[in-house]
Amino acid sequence: MTGFRRLDPVSLLVAPAVGYLGLVYGLPLLLLLGHSFVVDGTPSIASFVRFFADPFDWMVIANTLRIALAVTLVSLVIGWPTAIALARAKGAAQAAILVAIILPLSVGVVVKAFAWQIVLRRDGVVSQALVWLHVWDEPQRLLFTETGLVVGAVNVFVPFMILPIYSVLKLVDPRLDEAAATLGAGPFFRFFLVALPLSLPGIVTGVAFVFSMAVSMYVVPSLLIGDRFQTLATLTGRSFLFMRNPQLGSTTAVVLLVLAVAVVVGSAKLSRRFGGAS
Amino acid sequence: MTTTERIARILVWCTAGATVLFLMTPLFVAVAVSFGSSAVFTLPAPSWSLRWYEALGRSRELWSVVGTSVQIAFLSTLIALVLGTLAAIGLLRGEFRARESIVTFLVSPLMLPGLVVGIAMLEAYRAAGLTNVWTSLLVAHVVITLPYVVRTVYASLALFDFTLIDAARTLGLSYPRAVAKVLVPSLAPAFVTSGMFAFLASMDNYPISIFFTDAWTKTLPIQMLQMVEESPDPTIAAVSTLLILLAAAVLVIGDRMVGLRRMADL
Repeated sequence: MTGFRRLDPVSLLVAPAVGYLGLVYGLPLLLLLGHSFVVDGTPSIASFVRFFADPFDWMVIANTLRIALAVTLVSLVIGWPTAIALARAKGAAQAAILVAIILPLSVGVVVKAFAWQIVLRRDGVVSQALVWLHVWDEPQRLLFTETGLVVGAVNVFVPFMILPIYSVLKLVDPRLDEAAATLGAGPFFRFFLVALPLSLPGIVTGVAFVFSMAVSMYVVPSLLIGDRFQTLATLTGRSFLFMRNPQLGSTTAVVLLVLAVAVVVGSAKLSRRFGGAS
Repeated sequence: MTTTERIARILVWCTAGATVLFLMTPLFVAVAVSFGSSAVFTLPAPSWSLRWYEALGRSRELWSVVGTSVQIAFLSTLIALVLGTLAAIGLLRGEFRARESIVTFLVSPLMLPGLVVGIAMLEAYRAAGLTNVWTSLLVAHVVITLPYVVRTVYASLALFDFTLIDAARTLGLSYPRAVAKVLVPSLAPAFVTSGMFAFLASMDNYPISIFFTDAWTKTLPIQMLQMVEESPDPTIAAVSTLLILLAAAVLVIGDRMVGLRRMADL
């Protein structure tokens, strides 16, 4: 291309930001990728072969995906209706839902995970309530269980499900549903043929956000389930911070990176396809 | 309205109400514990007290950590505002073939696992000989704050009519004065909201900061997680309550500047 000939000075304003990020963020990521394919100074995929040959590592991958799927599913089940309510709400109700989404988003994850530690204890509010409702016979501890982890993680990530669905729904003309009803479509047809396709681009984006965040969460599992339950992210963090095993750490980091990039890129393609259809 | 629709509507509103309560739960709990007298987080609290705030006021260690966090968050936000605004102007006014790819690259730190980004940066900075904790924290935190600025300022600048600047110059203003009088005021809401969110993101960041802190220089989330794991007491809840207040203040200012609905645009 002859791009340089017509390079105008205004486009150079992009250079500081791109140069900065390229140097202190892009290059390090490439180096990390490169390093993981080098063992003892020679190019090799040995660390990945070793990683994928170990049944423990497969259990870690299974843990990571299982928890991320559960978190995504629960977030979708409670987030979609909330997004619908937010799109239809007016005045104070809309403000209340928006505040309940934006305020917790602006509070750090350490604060929220710490509060869930208190809520999920044996003598915590959830346990007390379930005993009072006679669901449980005696107080139980949800902290350090997979259920407790899912509850805490959904709490942290569900705004990233609600907001993309809401941003799609608020542009939808509410008369579409009425039109379908006038033309004789029953509630089930209207749900599957009108409401679902219209929400779909938002759902794809929300699912991708929540899933990729749940795959790579670190603070929430550290505080809510502890060392005995390892995910790719906690294993990566621990092998750098405590085990001083950077070789293992960079291998798991690359696996995590590939997973997250695949989810983000895949979902962008999917949502563009659905978005183009509507 | 048929029965099915009525049931569906009730289900939607009940779920939304429950979700609102669920989202606010951790914030209520942190605030309630911070004003309780119990040292072991008993809820409902046996009696109310301000002792954890007094303990917080006395803790020298905590305040020096808060100082570091605020410095890093403030400076990294400032640098991000400059770099991000220049980039947004360049992207929209310059001639580019790969405009979308550049925007994606500039906001990509938001989408990648923080832990992996942190590890990559740690290894590279060490190899480059950058060992000063404070400096490497600042360098790393600009990576966290820049995406917020680029995203919001770029979106807001895309709606700006640049012929207004030409109009101002025709009316006799110099170029810099035209920019200051016309462009800056119309971008002010974008600066304020993106700056606030960037500041909070830096203040709250854990997965990148953890790789750059040591025993002497720490940021607030690192110190708090360490306290939760080693010696949990409601002083942490008192700090949390102050952070919740900060977030609430940001929310109120953001609502005044751009409105809650526009703040919800991801």
